[in-house]
Amino acid sequence: MLDQRRVEELSSGRDRGAGIRVVVGETTGFAHTADLSERGLLAAAQAAATVAREGGGGVREIALGPLTDHPTLATTLPKDVDKARKIELMNLADDAARSEGSSITQVSVALGDSSRRFVVANSEGVFAADHQVRTRFNVTCIAKGDGGMQTGYRPIAGTRGFELLSGEAVAEAARGAARQAITKLDARPAPSGDLPVVLAGGSGGILFHEACGHGLEADAILKQASVYAGKVGQQVASPLVTLVDDGTVEGEWGYLALDDEGRPGARNVLIENGVLTDYMWDYLRSRKEGRLSSGNGRRQSYQHLPMVRMTNTYLLAGESDADEIVAQTPYGVYVAQLGGGQVNTATGDFVFGMTAAFMIEDGKITAPLRDCNLIGNGPDVLQRVDAVATDFSMTPGTCGKNGQSVPVGCGQATMRLTGVTIGGAAA
Amino acid sequence: MSALIEQAVRILESVKGSEEIEVYVASGVDTEVQSYQGEIEELTNATSTGIGIRVLRDATSGAQVGTAWAGSLDDEAVMDALREARDNARFATEDEFIAFARPDGVPAVSLELTSPGVANTSLDDKIAMAIELERLVRSGDPRIRQVDSANYSDYVAEAAIVSTTGIKASYARTGAFVSVEAIANDGSDDQTGWGLSAGRSPSDLDVEKAASDAIRRATRMLGAVKPASFKTTAVFDPRTAATLFSIIGGALSGEAVVRGRSFFANRVGEMVAASNFTLLDDPTDPRHFAASVFDGEGLACRRNVLIEGGQLKAFVYDTVSARRAGTASTGSAVRGGIAGSPSAGCRALQLIAGDLDQAEIFRRVGNGIFVESLIGVHSGVNPVSGDFSVGVTGLMIRDGQLAEPVREITVASTLQRMLLDVVYVGNDLEWLPGSAAGQTVAIENIAVSGT
Repeated sequence: MLDQRRVEELSSGRDRGAGIRVVVGETTGFAHTADLSERGLLAAAQAAATVAREGGGGVREIALGPLTDHPTLATTLPKDVDKARKIELMNLADDAARSEGSSITQVSVALGDSSRRFVVANSEGVFAADHQVRTRFNVTCIAKGDGGMQTGYRPIAGTRGFELLSGEAVAEAARGAARQAITKLDARPAPSGDLPVVLAGGSGGILFHEACGHGLEADAILKQASVYAGKVGQQVASPLVTLVDDGTVEGEWGYLALDDEGRPGARNVLIENGVLTDYMWDYLRSRKEGRLSSGNGRRQSYQHLPMVRMTNTYLLAGESDADEIVAQTPYGVYVAQLGGGQVNTATGDFVFGMTAAFMIEDGKITAPLRDCNLIGNGPDVLQRVDAVATDFSMTPGTCGKNGQSVPVGCGQATMRLTGVTIGGAAA
Repeated sequence: MSALIEQAVRILESVKGSEEIEVYVASGVDTEVQSYQGEIEELTNATSTGIGIRVLRDATSGAQVGTAWAGSLDDEAVMDALREARDNARFATEDEFIAFARPDGVPAVSLELTSPGVANTSLDDKIAMAIELERLVRSGDPRIRQVDSANYSDYVAEAAIVSTTGIKASYARTGAFVSVEAIANDGSDDQTGWGLSAGRSPSDLDVEKAASDAIRRATRMLGAVKPASFKTTAVFDPRTAATLFSIIGGALSGEAVVRGRSFFANRVGEMVAASNFTLLDDPTDPRHFAASVFDGEGLACRRNVLIEGGQLKAFVYDTVSARRAGTASTGSAVRGGIAGSPSAGCRALQLIAGDLDQAEIFRRVGNGIFVESLIGVHSGVNPVSGDFSVGVTGLMIRDGQLAEPVREITVASTLQRMLLDVVYVGNDLEWLPGSAAGQTVAIENIAVSGT
C-alpha cells in the first residue's frame, strides 16, 4: 500500500491446506487442516466424519479419472514482476491524482495480487484443478475544501496477471478518483424520498446483485427464505430486464474456469425479459433437487464451506441511448458510481450506496450530491426499470455472505428506475 | 500458551545485524454447529495456526518495514516468511516514524478471559444447544414460519507477540455464541428478527433469551409499512447504538487522524458531542467481550477516555501513528489476524450510561422512530466526510409509546451532527460481541426517507 507517497505496507503471504467435507443425508460435516501429511489429512477426515456417527463403516472404492486441469489466463504472473515495478506504478497513480488539483490532500493506492491453485476431488469422481490469478489496483483520494473532506475511489480488478495494469490505466483510475473527490466538495445533501433515478453503466449492476441476485441463490430458495421462492416462470421484473450470472466472462473479477466444487463456470440466465427462469445452484442444493450444479459453488478458502454464490452478474444491454435517458428525465438523481449494498432476502428490502451522484433537473445533470444509501424492495424495484441503454460495462466488487468474501463482477448499461427512495439528509 | 511464546522467541534468534524482528503467532480451535429442522445441518471442527512476521531495517533516513505471513508454523514456511519480509522491507519507503513497540512500563492488568467450559463441554451438548435454540423459536409463536439458521459456535484462541525490541506478550481467550434468525409471517408478508447470546463459556449462554429476542423482533415487525419522509428524533436500541459507536470509534483512531481522514483532527478540547456523551475505549474492563490484556503490538491495554462530557479528549494510537503525531502509544494497536500489520483502533468502546430506562426515553421523546436494525452501514456511512445514511427497520414512537412497525426507510444525518444531537442516553448498557457495547440513545434532527 502506498499512502502519501510512502510505501507503507508491503506484505506477502502463503497459505496451503485442505478442507474435507462429509455429507450424510441432510447433514454436512467439515474440517480443515494445514497439515497435508497423510496423518494430518486422516485426522481432518475423521473430524469431518463425526457427523456420520450412524454410518455403518465399510469401504467404498472411488474411481477418479485423470485430473482435469485449468491453467490460468494470466500472461504475467505476479511473482514474475519486480516489486520495484509495482511501486513505480503506484507512484505514477499518486502523481496523476495530485495533478487534478491542489485540493487533493490524501492519495492512497493499494495493489494486490493473488495466485490461487486448488484441486477438488469427491466421491462422485470429480477430480479437477484450477489456477486463479487475480490482480487489483485501488485508488482512494481525499479532497479538502471549506465544507470538510470528501472521498473519491476507483478500482481496477480482474482475473488476470500483471498485464491488467498499464501506466495509462492506473493514471486514468487515479485521475477519476481525484476528480470524484473534488467534485463532491461542492456537493449538497442528497434529497430524501422517492425520485426517478438514472444509474450509469458499470457499478449500477450492484442494484441487481442486491435487489435479486442474493434472493436467487438456491440456499435461500430451498429454505423459503427468499421473496423469489416458487416464482420460476413468473414475471418478476420489467420486460427490459434480462439478468445473467456468468462465470465464463474471461478476465472479469468474478471469472472462474472451475467453481470451488469442481464444476465448470457457466453462463446462467436468471431472468429473461422479466420472467424468472432459474436460480443459482451449488452441489448440495442441486443434489436435493436432483439436478446439476450451475457452477455457483464458491468458498473463500480451504478453511470455508462452499455455498451458493454469484460470479459476474449483469443486466443485458438495451436499446436506448444513455444521453437520451437523462435528457428525458425532467427531475431525478443521476448515480455515476455505486459503492456496496446489502439485502434481507426474506423481505426483499435492500440498500445500495451512491458514492458519486448528481441531481437531474430539466433533463440535465446538475449539482453533485453527498453520499447516501438508496433503499428499495427487490420485487418492486425490478418492475420499475423503464429504460436500458446500450453502453454496457462491468465493475469489480467483493461480495460478503455468512462471513465469507469472494470476488464478483457486476454489470449493466445506463438505466432508469421510475422511482426509488433516496436516503439523503436534505430537509 | 508458553509453547507459542517459545516458538516465537526461537524465530527471533535469526535476527541479522541491526535489523529488528517482530513475530506474531496465533492458533485457534473453532467449533460451529448449525441446526435445521431438528437435525445438524452443518458441523465444522477446525484447528488453525498462523504466523505474521515483520522485519524492520535501519536506513539512512529512518527505517523500512516489510511484512509476510504464513498459514502454518512449519520451519520451512516460517523461514520463507522471514525471507520474504526481509525482501519486502527493502522496497518500503524510508520513514523516520517507523518503529516497533518497546516496553513502556505500563503494567498489564490481570483478566480472566478464558473459560474451561468451551473445551470441557461435549460436542453432543453443543449440538443440543443449536437444536434446542431452533426448537424454541419454531415453537415459540405460531407466526414463526421458518428458522433460516440456528447456530452454536465457540472458539479457543491463543496468540503471542515477541520482538527483538523487548516485547514478550501472550494471551488466550475463549468465546461461545448462539444466534438465530427467525422468519415470521402473518398471512401476507414476511419479517425477520435476529437473536443472539454470547459469553466466554457455553454455560454463560441464554438460549431462551436468544430465541425470544428473535421471535419478538420478527413478529413485531409484521404489518410494517413504509411511511412518508419526515424529520424526527431517532431512538437507537443498544445493538444499533453499538454499531454507531464503532463507526465513531473509527474516526477517533490516531491513524485516521495522522492520515488526514478524520473529521475529529485538530479538534481536541472542542465540544464535539452533547454534554451527556462520554465515550471510553477500555479493554481492561472484563465485562466487555473484546476485553484484552495486551494490544496488537504486545503493549498493555489501558483505559482511554476519548470524549468526556461532549469534549474531545484524546485519540487512540499505536506506536507508528503516535510517533507521527508526536505522542506515545495508548496501547491501542489492533491487527486483523496474521496477515495484517498493526494499526491504531478502538477495541472495547463503551458509552457511560445515563440514568433513564428505555421506556422513559420513549416517554420523553414523545414522537419519533425506534431503530431496531440497520442495513447498509458499509455502503451508506462515509467515515471521512461524516455522511451517514443507513437503511433501518423499527417502530414508530407515538405519544411516548411504541406504535406501528416501519420498514424500507433510511435514517440520515452526518456523524458530526448526530454526536451534538444526542438528547438522551439510556441506563441499559448491553455487553455485545464486537468492538462496542451499547445502550439506548436518542438523537434529534434525523431525516427519515420513505415514500
